Amino acid sequence: MIHNQTIIKERPAPSSSVGAVAWLRANLFNGPINTIFTLIGLYVLYFLVVPTVQWAFLNADWIGTTRDDCSREGACWVFINARFTQFIYGLYPREEIWRANIVFAGFFTLIAWLAIPRLPFKRWVAVFALVGFPIVAYVLLHGGYFDLPRVSTHRWGGLMLTLLLATVGMVGALPIGIVLALGRRSDMPIVKSFCVVFIEFWRGVPLITVLFMASVMLPLFLPSEMNVDRLVRALIGLTLFQSAYMAEVIRGGLQAIPKGQEEAAAALGMTYWKRMGLIVLPQALKMMIPGIVNTFISLFKDTTLVMIIGLFDLLGIVQAALADSRWLGFSLEGYVFAAFMFWIFCFSMSRYSQYLERKLHTGHKR
Amino acid sequence: MSASPNTRPAGHKPPFWRDRAKRALIFQLLLVAAVAAFLLYIVGNVQDNLSSRGITTGFGFLSNTAGFGIVQSLIDYSSQSTYGRTFFVGLLNTLLVGGLGVLAATIIGFTVGIARLSPNWLLARLATAYIETFRNIPLLLQIFFWYFAVLRTLPSARESMAFGEAIFLNVRGLYLPQPLFESGFGLIPVTFLIAIIASIALVIWNKRRHEATGKRLPAYWISFVVIFGLPLLVLVATGVPVTWEMPELRGFNFRGGITVIPEFLALWLALSIYTASFIAEIVRSGIQAISHGQTEAAQALSLPRNLVLRLVVIPQALRVIIPPLTSQYLNLIKNSSLATAIGYPDLVSVFAGTTLNQTGQAIEVIAMTMAVYLTISLLVSMFMNWFNARVALVER
Repeated sequence: MIHNQTIIKERPAPSSSVGAVAWLRANLFNGPINTIFTLIGLYVLYFLVVPTVQWAFLNADWIGTTRDDCSREGACWVFINARFTQFIYGLYPREEIWRANIVFAGFFTLIAWLAIPRLPFKRWVAVFALVGFPIVAYVLLHGGYFDLPRVSTHRWGGLMLTLLLATVGMVGALPIGIVLALGRRSDMPIVKSFCVVFIEFWRGVPLITVLFMASVMLPLFLPSEMNVDRLVRALIGLTLFQSAYMAEVIRGGLQAIPKGQEEAAAALGMTYWKRMGLIVLPQALKMMIPGIVNTFISLFKDTTLVMIIGLFDLLGIVQAALADSRWLGFSLEGYVFAAFMFWIFCFSMSRYSQYLERKLHTGHKR
Repeated sequence: MSASPNTRPAGHKPPFWRDRAKRALIFQLLLVAAVAAFLLYIVGNVQDNLSSRGITTGFGFLSNTAGFGIVQSLIDYSSQSTYGRTFFVGLLNTLLVGGLGVLAATIIGFTVGIARLSPNWLLARLATAYIETFRNIPLLLQIFFWYFAVLRTLPSARESMAFGEAIFLNVRGLYLPQPLFESGFGLIPVTFLIAIIASIALVIWNKRRHEATGKRLPAYWISFVVIFGLPLLVLVATGVPVTWEMPELRGFNFRGGITVIPEFLALWLALSIYTASFIAEIVRSGIQAISHGQTEAAQALSLPRNLVLRLVVIPQALRVIIPPLTSQYLNLIKNSSLATAIGYPDLVSVFAGTTLNQTGQAIEVIAMTMAVYLTISLLVSMFMNWFNARVALVER
């Protein structure tokens, strides 16, 4: 028999084992070594964060149009404000910027459509993004058709050029990469060795020599009457370079598909291209998406190298603006802005790739 | 069943395009022909273009006088040297920044990677912030940041930042004291070498004895003491035959000591910090790849904590870490070619830059430059294959 009055009433846990104090004890001050680490960490944080916040926000100047509006106590974001259009569109003519804006809007809509899992018609949107949209974008940006004035490619620049280089390089590299990856797994010795040599060559040299090669040697390789635009030369270099990395990602995806899949397809009498196109690649591509996003991130960062061969991508145009005699001495602001833009893009892409990895690997994870 | 329409009469051969082996052969021959035609087309164009521009091919230009100066050189070089020598100056500068970059990136990367797994919440968050910041910003931008926004804004030589009257930092670079070795110093490297050999012998002997008798000495600690203590002892015994040449301010600049040019500093800092963020992730995932059961099993055998790490966790983690780690080292060496953007005299900047512009021998110069990088990556991938074969799990 239970005597009610003998049961001790539920009491709250001691304050040292719940709440903020307990959390601090468990995570920051458990033991002398950890306490020392925490104190060092706090010091570093204080040392880094306080001056940064003061420089970037508290003492910064935001409003104005010229150098005289800068008090020089902190960052002068007036510089970024004054140059913002250039940083985004390069030297694209002001009155034609609406064309670039349409392309931007279309680009981000398509990306969002493909990235958000709930939206329908993925296949058709993807086909349009790969085939229709590049044509539309080219007509809009370059002009020369439908009464649109021509805008020569040397006026393209800024973030627009960065995105263009990265996407064209990527979309161009995908089919070449698939062919190379299939070739590397082929049992035909000559095909296989060609693909291995091609892939290892491009993976073995730095991108900058590839770009030098594209800008210096490509004109030598072509008949002298053929004049290739500088942007196109950079794109050819980037695409070939990227295709080798892409091929390795795709090969990794192909290896993850059990051999039984292909054998079963062969047993049904499917030809090589049907086995690949209908059975192996659709399964493999799904596994490859995180790897593809990762190579896209590195391509996106690598596009900054085109400034060395004289194209004005986002970093190139910032660097050029820093040399402007009216705005000397604002390099920190310029670099922080460019770094912030690149960081936003790369960080969100890497988060998306991690999300995909979690989503696609639910079956394997314990 | 014999009436099936697919049954062919005996002796009838299928047409050759249905035969897999023949089809493969024809396809490959076509591929070879296409590639050969493409190469012939390019070679023809190159010959036409070169003759119309009046450029002669060949490597003869390498023995011509270069006529330009190089700001940093590890071997004797003057503007009277040949173009061939500019190649080696550039190559050595590339290897210098690559080697020191690999060293620094490894140290930072391992520290940050382990810190990210620390039970200390703050430390782990700081490490995560480091990784996510630096690996998502283009390397070239980081190089520019260090060079133009940090090192180029340092005070002039007269207002240098001084660290204990021996190390000076100003807009022209970093000035360090230089050790001058006197006679008798040669003994110290010799002792060092002997100590290393003795330590290796000790470790091997200790392992054999341990397997035979179960007894063991703390061989690693002993070798550590021997390797560093013995040369130190000799150094003191010979009366420290080293003097330091201090950098001194004379006029507008420093004289004496070792000068580290700001281009090198910027490139080295950016390369190390950027690559370290990738190495940290590799280290973290390598350690996390070791399943918890391994550690628990080792603890159940009542192995002490340092032996659990040294005998169970680290050997298995290294198997996961080393392949991507080497490819990061390779990336670092390839990325050091970005030197050309700030004017550090590496291979691409000196040879594929200035030499190419002066001679116009684009094909030879680019081919030589690419060959260097290809050789390095070939050597590294040979090492990788050897390593993978050595540490691969023996499976049935």
